[in-house]
Amino acid sequence: MRQYFGRKLLVYGLTFFVAVTINWMIPRFMPGDPVASMLARARVSQPEAVEAMRLYYTNLFGFDQPVWKQYLNFWAALLQGDFGISVWVFPTPVSTVIMGAVPYTLGLMIPAVLLSYFVGNRLGAFAARRKVLDNTVLPVGYVLTAMPYMWLAVILAWGLGVVAGLFPVAGGYSFAMRPNWSPQFVGDLLLHWFLPFSSLFLVALGGWAIGMRNMIIYELESDYSNYLAALGAPQRLIRRYAFRNAILPQITGLALQLGVLVAGALVTEIVFSYPGLGSLILKAIQNQDLFLLQGTFLFIVLGVLIANFVIDVVYVVVDPRTRTGMAGASA
Amino acid sequence: MSLTVNGLQVYYRTLKGEVKALDGVSFSVRDGEILGLAGESGCGKTTLGKSLIRMDGRMRHAGGTVELDGERLPIADDARMNPYRFHKVSLIPQYSMSAMNPTRKIGKMVGELLRSRGVKLDRADLEARLAQVELPREVLDRYPIELSGGMKQRMVMVISTLLNPSLLVADEITSALDVSTQKAVARALAGFRDTGFVKSMIFITHDISLTYQIADSIMIMYAGKLAEKAPARTIVTAPRHPYTRMLIDSLPEVGVRYGDKKLSGIPGSPPSLLDPPTGCRFRDRCPLAFDKCAEEPPALEVEPDHFVACWKA
Repeated sequence: MRQYFGRKLLVYGLTFFVAVTINWMIPRFMPGDPVASMLARARVSQPEAVEAMRLYYTNLFGFDQPVWKQYLNFWAALLQGDFGISVWVFPTPVSTVIMGAVPYTLGLMIPAVLLSYFVGNRLGAFAARRKVLDNTVLPVGYVLTAMPYMWLAVILAWGLGVVAGLFPVAGGYSFAMRPNWSPQFVGDLLLHWFLPFSSLFLVALGGWAIGMRNMIIYELESDYSNYLAALGAPQRLIRRYAFRNAILPQITGLALQLGVLVAGALVTEIVFSYPGLGSLILKAIQNQDLFLLQGTFLFIVLGVLIANFVIDVVYVVVDPRTRTGMAGASA
Repeated sequence: MSLTVNGLQVYYRTLKGEVKALDGVSFSVRDGEILGLAGESGCGKTTLGKSLIRMDGRMRHAGGTVELDGERLPIADDARMNPYRFHKVSLIPQYSMSAMNPTRKIGKMVGELLRSRGVKLDRADLEARLAQVELPREVLDRYPIELSGGMKQRMVMVISTLLNPSLLVADEITSALDVSTQKAVARALAGFRDTGFVKSMIFITHDISLTYQIADSIMIMYAGKLAEKAPARTIVTAPRHPYTRMLIDSLPEVGVRYGDKKLSGIPGSPPSLLDPPTGCRFRDRCPLAFDKCAEEPPALEVEPDHFVACWKA
């Protein structure tokens, strides 16, 4: 058991290292000069002042050092929890900017992923046993899962937001309000949350339902199901066993899908101008904000890795076969 | 008479038409009798075994009756058949290696299965039965994957016979096992009969020599019909049907070197059951065939307990 998790942790550590390195490289290879854009924003006309500012900023961000040194400095700072200073909202630290956005993204992602997973699996399992439900759930599922996140988001925003006027189409809360814990504000927050959540939830739902339907049908045809049926076990017991076995590939599926789900959430946030990490990435790119960009990426990588690790642990708990493999016992 | 099958016909529905896999088979099995059911693949032996406990969705009961302990089994009605399953008729399947739910501990699975059939698990009885097939009681706390193939096979045998069924259908259960395990399994089955865990048994196999070791009588099937049924010794030493004779002749014998003498097989292959020929179905491969074989031979009792479906018998 310890050996298994030791190996897993090593792989995760390696993944983290590579991902962080790539995160560091990408913004630096982007065209454009962040210092130049800051200077342009400052609108200073005197050449000496411009030169002085350029020197100051270059030194502040460490761009005057050789690239390998910048890389090492970056790791040193990172290990101390220092993500650098944002160019876009200078001089706010990147970590502060990200922390302001993370609750929105998590508040969107976690319910959407978990709810779509549970509802989708239940729905798929139900569809596998009823013809009528199967004939409706399956096509709807295919349409939903084939839809790009942002497209469904645009359709929902247009249909329920613009045409029906039921929901606001942009922002995390009304611009007229200040964040606090009053019931009105929380209600407003939920109202703004609903559309981005729905588009994430619906697209993911279709995929889970289809996957689960196919798995259940497969499991109901399997040998242990046939054996139980031959011994006259009620359908209830057979289906319970089938569900338990069918959920295993779905758990692997969740681990594989996490990255896609995160990407979908980021795009959806941009459609709704939702103040989460997705919108932050867009702002960072638009403002040549290397530090904010790499900080956000880092955060996402960390989140996906942690989620994957949790799924690994869950898998060990639910599938006895992985445990046997770990102990080194032969099957 | 424990089991009486009368003119049983079971067809498979396919896109090309109905495949007459079982076309009028009659026989009976006495209390305490082990009937070996042999024949080449496609002769209908597995279909017969399945018909007695649970027909799958493609099978259609086209005629004939099955009576067990004087009660007529509703084999065509899945729901009405359910009370008989496990309690009266039980099955050891071909696929024992994968017959148990891989994500449940075996003991828990057995408990859940019994509870679902309205029976309380008698732990002491279960452990006694495990001991009889030389399984430690710890297997109940293991997952199926932690057992070897032979252990899984024996575990399934114990589960299937837990409610002391009147009839046990053992379908090709030794095919996946090595020779030494085969013998142990065969002996365990005979032991089940001797201790009264099962009253009678149908042992389906294509291995006549193994059947001969445990069966009281052997039934040979060919192309969905009964060819010959007789006490085991008679089938092996004095077969009457040409198919049985050729089948026995194609087995290797101890002490004979086959370097000089070629082992004889049966030339040709069985007819298609989608549109079976009239008359005797073995006619095309039979060296003794004559004009009368165009008529279907009835299964006649040529001696007590010896049935042969051949005009020349």
